Amino acid sequence: MSCDDTVDCGRRRLLVATAAAGGVAGVAVAVPFVASMLPSERAKAAGAPVEVDISKLAPGEMMTVEWRGKPVWIINRTKEQLAGLAKIGEKLADPKSDKNMQPEYAKNETRSIKPEILVAVGICTHLGCSPSEKFKTGAESGIDADWPGGFFCPCHGSTFDLAGRVYKSKPAPDNLEIPPHMYLGDARIVIGEDKKA
Amino acid sequence: MKKFLSAILFAPILAFAAGAELHLDRAPDRANDMAGLQNGAKIFVNYCLNCHSASYMRYNRLKDIGLSDVQVKDNLLFTAEKVGEPMKIAMQRADAKVWFGAAPPDLTVIARARASEFGSGADWLYTYLRTFYRDENRPTGWNNVVFENVGMPHVLWELQGDQVMGADHKLKLVKAGKLKPQEFDAMVGDLVGYLKYMGEPMAEFRKQLGVIVLIFLAVFFVFAYALKREYWKDIH
Amino acid sequence: MSKVNAILQGTLNWVDERFPLTSNWKAHLSEYYAPKNFNFWYFFGSLAMLVLVLQIVTGILLTMHFKPDASLNASGVPVAFASVEYIMRDVPWGWMIRYMHSTGASAFFVVVYMHMFRGMLYGSYRKPRELIWIFGMIIFLCLMAEAFFGYLLPWGQMSFWGAQVIVNLFSAIPLIGPDLSLWLRGDYVVGDATLNRFFAFHVIAVPMVLLGLVAAHIIALHEVGSNNPDGVEIKKKKDANGIPLDGIPFHPYYSVKDIVGVIVFLMVFSIVVFFMPEFGGYFLEYNNFFPADPLVTPPHIAPVWYFTPYYSILRAVTYPLFGIDAKFWGVVAMGASTLIIALLPWLDRSPVKSIRYRGPLYKGFLAAFIISFFILGYLGMLGPTPMRTIVAQICSVIYFAFFLLMPIYSSLDKCQPEPDRVTSK
Repeated sequence: MSCDDTVDCGRRRLLVATAAAGGVAGVAVAVPFVASMLPSERAKAAGAPVEVDISKLAPGEMMTVEWRGKPVWIINRTKEQLAGLAKIGEKLADPKSDKNMQPEYAKNETRSIKPEILVAVGICTHLGCSPSEKFKTGAESGIDADWPGGFFCPCHGSTFDLAGRVYKSKPAPDNLEIPPHMYLGDARIVIGEDKKA
Repeated sequence: MKKFLSAILFAPILAFAAGAELHLDRAPDRANDMAGLQNGAKIFVNYCLNCHSASYMRYNRLKDIGLSDVQVKDNLLFTAEKVGEPMKIAMQRADAKVWFGAAPPDLTVIARARASEFGSGADWLYTYLRTFYRDENRPTGWNNVVFENVGMPHVLWELQGDQVMGADHKLKLVKAGKLKPQEFDAMVGDLVGYLKYMGEPMAEFRKQLGVIVLIFLAVFFVFAYALKREYWKDIH
Repeated sequence: MSKVNAILQGTLNWVDERFPLTSNWKAHLSEYYAPKNFNFWYFFGSLAMLVLVLQIVTGILLTMHFKPDASLNASGVPVAFASVEYIMRDVPWGWMIRYMHSTGASAFFVVVYMHMFRGMLYGSYRKPRELIWIFGMIIFLCLMAEAFFGYLLPWGQMSFWGAQVIVNLFSAIPLIGPDLSLWLRGDYVVGDATLNRFFAFHVIAVPMVLLGLVAAHIIALHEVGSNNPDGVEIKKKKDANGIPLDGIPFHPYYSVKDIVGVIVFLMVFSIVVFFMPEFGGYFLEYNNFFPADPLVTPPHIAPVWYFTPYYSILRAVTYPLFGIDAKFWGVVAMGASTLIIALLPWLDRSPVKSIRYRGPLYKGFLAAFIISFFILGYLGMLGPTPMRTIVAQICSVIYFAFFLLMPIYSSLDKCQPEPDRVTSK
């Protein structure tokens, strides 16, 4: 808009300057106000990485630890269970874990650093229930006659295999999340922290 | 009317006439002395944090005074496992009450609570920690000039030595401690500096931010005032 | 550009057919005609609105982290007290929000006292603005209640003992008093029940009433129009279009002017928040950094500064009357000292409104009143001594004399004639 008789340019410039300063003031106040709803130091301290000793976790067993208020499963898978993972590919929604639900070092067939040890967040990717463990195979599991063992979400019936991969045609869209984790020696895992570099 | 006038004129003087004077020594300023504050933190953790908690102060907050998580973990983390935890203590409050007559208070904000018209909370603490004297009538064997009949014994006595109250109401050092008097004062200064920091860890940041806010408002004022002048030039 | 304007105009029309947006904008801002001679004192109304908004926004954010719980945590600190320190340290920016809220409480009273004093200076309570004044006085009472309830929440020593003393005031009322204060506390001492209900009053009940009253205050103001430093009615002299000759549209003239006032206010406010949030122990009392301890009363116990004038009046009453003890009459005097201000519209019999045209009698009484008010406020912060009690008694008498004698001295006063139109200075 050009300056003419109807538009007072000096006034317009001052209006813009004042409005801009007022806008900056508004944003400068809003940012800390909005930020005050982010996790507090207490929440961050509670969400700090957790160290777990897995030396007593026998093959075929699972343990649950709490990290950031969420259940994290650690499963020591048997040879047979591992072998089973390769056979059910066509039943799964995302067998190769192409969607980014795991750190780079867990993007493999077993979704883990060490093949037998799976570390996964035990929260269904559908609506946040915690699936139950269904390690028994076949009809005994109550799911399916050729069930190879895995997890079943009681809320909406999603099923996951022993690598946390979701089955096809289930409400859950994604494989279970693998949290950042790393090994401190053979039998100690830190959950919530990894060596990025 | 005369009485009323004199009452009005003298009201402020009257006000200050009553009430016992409390003389406090001025605490040295350690606000920007990182080495002093770090030393204060070390003294606090070693001498105070056995009986007193600082339950709102997280260890990892010490990064404000230049201590990294690793340094905290290696040198100061006696009462907790993780650097994110607050400075709590293991002593049970019920036990403490039996031992000292009163449970030792949490010290997180003590430097704010002890402020008064006689001086800042730091001044009070600086004076208090240096004016313990021998008193055989007290169960702990110690009394204090600014906190009469205090329940706490003189925790730093090995460093300061023994003081007694003279007949002239002045303290005399009768047995030297491990530190010379000036060294002891400097050490207490560090400790009090740390307590002051801990009472309001954001204090320095708060002031820095305040300067920015005021500069911004000054600029805003210039624009807004010019705008007001512009609009009001046709109002007579 | 014209396309954008057309869309905006279309949207506005759509809204206006369903909601009186444009007509309200005009009635309250762009075609609300305010006298053109507003001075410094006229900033405080809009500043009070600003502080109200600040208190509500910061208050909502604090509510998200505060816990009204008097029980002791593992470290032996009351949960409520600890949650305030949690806000100060662990919540991102919590310290700033808390300091804004605590400073805002005092700022509210500064602004409202200035606003009320403006009304007294220029006779803003006189006909036809009596209802504005009444609404304003109820706002003031609500504000005191709000401040009192809020002050308990940090659960420090001053919070606890302040509430203890004020709730016990009610026990002075004959017959029902003791039961009334028990009912207010919900316990035999100020305790968890009291903290929880004060929290409810502070965050829900009183703010809701306050917002309604503020709306009523402004609606009534915009019905009769603003007074001005000359105390003459601008609506008496209108131009051919029916617009007051001495009126200017609130927007843009007073909106741009008030922005300047807001910025100056925010500068002062920021100086307190960022450099002296305790304000020498007046805004945040030092003893309130000790958690509440029902077994130990702090040596110096005084209300926050904005309550001290009335507190002084309470203490100044030391004589029993009609067989009822002084405690009761102290409470009566304190209550009367806040309520009597509401009667100003009917006590003032002066032919003029503004101090500019009033005579020496009124000016003298007003000066004596203001001085007494400050002395009472000052004495209320100190412990009582016999001399101070006498001073407080004299000042209390002046305080009430200002109001009770007003019908006499305001009508006897030698006033100057009011001008026809507002004056430029």
